[in-house]
Amino acid sequence: MSIFECHALTKNYGSVTALDNMDLELEGGRIVGLLGPNGSGKTTLIKIASRLLQPTSGELLIDGMKPGVATKAEVAYLPDRQFLPEWMTTKQLLQMYKDFFTDFDMDKAAEMMASLQIPDRQNIKKLSKGTRDKVQLILTMSRRAKVYLLDEPIAGVDPAARDYILKTILGNYAEGSLVLISTHLITDVEPVLDEAVFLRQGHVILHESVDALRQRTGKSVNDYFKEAFAC
Amino acid sequence: MAWQFDSVTPIYLQIIMAIRSGVLKGTYPPGSKLPTVRELALQAGVNPNTVQRALTEMERDGLLHAERTTGRYVTTDQAVLENTRHKVSAAAIAAMCDKLRGLGLDDGQIIGQVEQWMKENQENEEKEIDIE
Repeated sequence: MSIFECHALTKNYGSVTALDNMDLELEGGRIVGLLGPNGSGKTTLIKIASRLLQPTSGELLIDGMKPGVATKAEVAYLPDRQFLPEWMTTKQLLQMYKDFFTDFDMDKAAEMMASLQIPDRQNIKKLSKGTRDKVQLILTMSRRAKVYLLDEPIAGVDPAARDYILKTILGNYAEGSLVLISTHLITDVEPVLDEAVFLRQGHVILHESVDALRQRTGKSVNDYFKEAFAC
Repeated sequence: MAWQFDSVTPIYLQIIMAIRSGVLKGTYPPGSKLPTVRELALQAGVNPNTVQRALTEMERDGLLHAERTTGRYVTTDQAVLENTRHKVSAAAIAAMCDKLRGLGLDDGQIIGQVEQWMKENQENEEKEIDIE
């Protein structure tokens, strides 16, 4: 059974259709790139899976369940914006994650925080944007989740931080779980992906393994993307 | 640091070439234990499944063999190692000849230029030794 499935999933914002009758099935044990231009529905899809949005029609199932309390215990979600409460210290933050999520690995998180040389009692307020991004990622990847939903994890950070983030994802996702990474920085994530899913105007226009796509087209996913979405 | 990949060839094939070269250059000497899939994936900055696929292919070729529980080892079979050396050098030569043919050289010219380059290179090395 697929760990992540959409059947005729549709989401309208007023007269705007963000997801249009979308069908998609993703297996565990894979790292999948959710790729598409701005406004193609990437974030909407991830938000429905995290139950921040309700579909207009159709359904999305995680591990066979509709998004809700039970799926939240299995899904580690990294939003595309900063969400850390500024008044908390890093230590309080780790404790809060431990309280919320039974699959949170405190030792692992503490170890990763130490490798960033962030002091225990540092106020979030005093951290730079790049460091906050890394802290958010550490919190997300320290869970032993079945599904990781990472919305634009490498947007707006310098190349060295990108490497750090990708290595943190690769080195920490739970075996057998699904990692869904939405991004438009394809070149950076391409070597990390098993599969690429291209979205256009709320439709899946391509779902293929990265190496199969390279073999078939003789092009990188990035070059193929540029061709598919040429304006 | 992550390995460098070109943007056209499937990544698992590039991993195979990199590990074959590593065996020949002594990064992974014959008889040694290879890093785990996860370690290699992290080093290379690639997906573990892609590494797995590359290693499985190399097991089929006999360059690697898996010992249950302890991990993967590089073969000590000289015939297989020689065959691997042949594959890696053939790929390097094919790439070079494609490029030179593309520049309009015929095969005789390519051989001539290679011989000349080797001669010059050799002389350079000798010169360096002279200076010392």
